[in-house]
Amino acid sequence: MANWVLKGLRTGIKTTSYPQQLETAQGTSPGRPCGMVLESTEKAEDLVARCPTQAIAGQDGGVAVDIRRCIHCSRCRSDSDEPAVPWDASYEWATYNSDAAAAVQALEKVFGRSLHIRFVDAGACSACVSEARQLNNPYYNMHRLGFFMTPTPRNADILLVSGPVSDAMRHPLGKAYDAMPEPKRVVAIGACAIFGGVFGSSFAAAGGASKIVPVDVVVPGCPPPPLAILHGLLLVVGRKPPSQPVSPVTEPIGEPA
Amino acid sequence: MATLDQIAKPAAQSENFPELYRRVWNRPVSVANVGKAAVYRVDCEPQELTQLWQWLIQDFDFAFATLIVEEEPNGGRSLTYVLYRQPSQWVYVDLRLGPEATAVPSVVGLTHGPSADWHEREAEDLFGITFAGHPRLGEFVLHEDWPEGVNPMRGNLDARQPPVHRDPDAKWQPPMVVEALGAFAMPVGPVFSDFAESAHFLLETVGEDVIRTIPRLFYKYRGVEKIAEGEAVDCALLLAERFSGTAAFAHGLGFCQAVEAICGIEVPPRARALRTMFAELERLRHHAAAITGICNSTALAVAASQAALIEETLLRLTCEVARHRYLFGAIKPGGLACDLTEVARGRLAAAVESVAQKLYELHGMLRYSSSFLDRLEEVGIIKTDDARSYGLVGPIARAAGIDHDFRKQFPYAAYESIKFTVPVEQDGDGYARLRVFFREAEQSTSILRQILSALPEGSVCAADIVWRAGAALSAVEAPLGAAFHWLRILDDGTVARYRITPPSFTNWHGFHLAAENFAFQDFPIILSSFGLSNAECDR
Repeated sequence: MANWVLKGLRTGIKTTSYPQQLETAQGTSPGRPCGMVLESTEKAEDLVARCPTQAIAGQDGGVAVDIRRCIHCSRCRSDSDEPAVPWDASYEWATYNSDAAAAVQALEKVFGRSLHIRFVDAGACSACVSEARQLNNPYYNMHRLGFFMTPTPRNADILLVSGPVSDAMRHPLGKAYDAMPEPKRVVAIGACAIFGGVFGSSFAAAGGASKIVPVDVVVPGCPPPPLAILHGLLLVVGRKPPSQPVSPVTEPIGEPA
Repeated sequence: MATLDQIAKPAAQSENFPELYRRVWNRPVSVANVGKAAVYRVDCEPQELTQLWQWLIQDFDFAFATLIVEEEPNGGRSLTYVLYRQPSQWVYVDLRLGPEATAVPSVVGLTHGPSADWHEREAEDLFGITFAGHPRLGEFVLHEDWPEGVNPMRGNLDARQPPVHRDPDAKWQPPMVVEALGAFAMPVGPVFSDFAESAHFLLETVGEDVIRTIPRLFYKYRGVEKIAEGEAVDCALLLAERFSGTAAFAHGLGFCQAVEAICGIEVPPRARALRTMFAELERLRHHAAAITGICNSTALAVAASQAALIEETLLRLTCEVARHRYLFGAIKPGGLACDLTEVARGRLAAAVESVAQKLYELHGMLRYSSSFLDRLEEVGIIKTDDARSYGLVGPIARAAGIDHDFRKQFPYAAYESIKFTVPVEQDGDGYARLRVFFREAEQSTSILRQILSALPEGSVCAADIVWRAGAALSAVEAPLGAAFHWLRILDDGTVARYRITPPSFTNWHGFHLAAENFAFQDFPIILSSFGLSNAECDR
């Protein structure tokens, strides 16, 4: 056993400095597509048509991108000379689900700085589950921020939901929510939990967590990287501001018009 | 018709299959060659099915791959039993049911019949076909509040309408087998206290030890096969990648290979090599995650952290070279959506060495941690005969002494030109599975090294695709084992039928064999040493 202690000590500290500083290591996030100025409407229409989930919308003079509908399929970026939108390397994507943000914010203080989390997999593809699981690994270590998993919904402050809510999971999800004491919050992680993702609403899936339980915070991404989920949790306790989910029509930074 | 014992087994195995089939069954067999594999297609009447099954399995050593059901325009259904054997032979047994007919004999009670057990139960739920003689139909994919007689895969159900529910039978009781004084069943799931996938387990116990485990899956059934119907190939690819996110590339590859087989697309050599590379990168990451899970379940915290560091390193590496941590959007029919830059290639080559070294060190330390081995050895044993009878695949089958790997025996992508071994262990317990995960990960690093040192030049995608109507089966070795993708498309490039047989579906069926007569505290260890994905199974 002494070997293991030594091994652990030798490995040193690997934990990210987020949220004190932004994480700059490569590969922590797939990044997100951004809105851009386009000179022709044909190019805008082409981009809108290439997006399978209507995350890209044509607007005056270009396209805007809503990260909440993005599934990172990369079809709006291209290695050839087709029109492509720029992608940044961000991950702070979490935002309030509704415009009643003021009411949500007023309640943030009741949680203090700590949260107990109940996770319900409502039909996720398991990439969301895998990314959430990374929060326990030494790189992200959510415990240092006062976030803990709880074995019972009775002790839970927030319900973390992934997946489009498959038909058989609608009752377990609803029951988990009902069993939680007030005040409580629901955080939907991933495109599927936000709007159904590639599965949509069908005979087998509700098409989003908000069809079953009231969702307060959404964490976009397919899957949202661990840092994005962390941002969502920090948003719930009021330690980080929400993101701007729609990237407007703007000039790409560093590129001439 | 000849009877089984008229043909001696040794003779049957060495003889030319189609000729022998014609002679014994006095019926035509169509022979097609797909690449290096031979595909034999035979027709079968329902009443002959059991005899033909026995003949193929017992005398010819064929193994069952999948059952494909398709609805025909007149409301009838066709059933295709797909079987394979080495070297490179497939048999498709076609069976037709008229619009009024609903029953087919079950093969479950025959030799290796259990391998078709869940396929029959699934077809009963989704297509309303009765398998006469099957001991337990119903209550499988569709749970208790799904109305009787509504079969989602049939044409008359609109996939985009919300489900209609019924009140579950108030008298419904979970199936219990153990009858003993004080016996009770402990339910676990579908929601767990950790970041775990949804599934339900009924542990039948008499107090200390669990006698039997009854898993109940399909809580995550999203009807992927149904909602893919009528979609363009591009959109169906999104479903193929995203129904099981931790094996996205393998299933994307399975789907794309089926499209390429139908449309006669030649994939450029560079794309074949890179596909192999991405598939192995995914396997490496997947196995690192499986090892993390096993260390976690035994509460060996430092080892779990070390394995998790390797897993996250691989996720970041994947994202750097392929733009996505789980390889979503990397593949497309005809090749790949992105090329590997020279910078990325150098980065990958260096990182693979470092990961290989770290895995080697971790394995070395785990082998000498007796408290850890005590938890894994002789826990969750799968016997070789059972594994064969249940048709188990992947690392679980290889840990139980079955030397089978589709990369080796039915090579695709660039596997034919790669040197690698298929690790096989005989013990069939949790430790054997851990060893297989480590040894396969080591092989993956070796494959990556070979590809990165000799990457062909050229394009990574074939020219534009001309759609052709047709159907094809594609088999890939996903991280968890053999995955079969059956695809039928129309000439406008829309999907008419998509049938996925993922390895987790095949292997969850065998889980109960490993979860018998064990102590309560071993349950998480048996689960983690299987390392199965519910999303992949449920679809």
